[in-house]
Amino acid sequence: MTNPEIREFIQNAIGENPVMLFMKGTPHAPACGFSARTSACLNALGVQYSALDILPDPRIREELSGISGWPTIPQLFVEGELVGGCDIVTEMYESGELAEKLGVEQPEGDEPEPEPVQRQQAPIGLENRLD
Amino acid sequence: MPSASELKERIEAALPGANVAVEDLTGGGDHFRAEIVSDRFDGLSRIEQHKLVYDVFGAEVGGPIHALSIKTSTPEGTR
Repeated sequence: MTNPEIREFIQNAIGENPVMLFMKGTPHAPACGFSARTSACLNALGVQYSALDILPDPRIREELSGISGWPTIPQLFVEGELVGGCDIVTEMYESGELAEKLGVEQPEGDEPEPEPVQRQQAPIGLENRLD
Repeated sequence: MPSASELKERIEAALPGANVAVEDLTGGGDHFRAEIVSDRFDGLSRIEQHKLVYDVFGAEVGGPIHALSIKTSTPEGTR
């Protein structure tokens, strides 16, 4: 894949997926604590989202940051717009703003538990989390 | 290798009058948490507030500064 192809792939992913998370690793096997916490917030809300592992190719991150102007991973997009990284998503989860933005009920009870971190390389591709 | 006090000084220089606290989370000089209270954030979205802080360090974030966790607020409130 060339850089313009990667950029187009990312732009399509942002445009076509209402809730799009770019992360290190996958929701089932996050490879970084910040990515783990961010996907845990979405899991706790029970929303459907798409996730793309940026680790397989360093150009994914370069092109993504070029598009978003945001330097770090993870990055959450809702309806094509950057919502934020781990800090903002966590703050919005705790305040209930994230549930509101995603049109779901805020769950009662504890903070989301990050899933265990295991490093896993995957080919470039989208994971659609349906459970 | 950047230090917490260096990061604090640079944020303060970029956002005059801001109240800044920076913590080196691991002691390794690459994972930091910064809490910043500044009236410059007034009227800005969270994204815009955090970008103001990221912009202080440019490409160093993701490079020598592996992770920079940010919490921003205005003197009035937490938005």
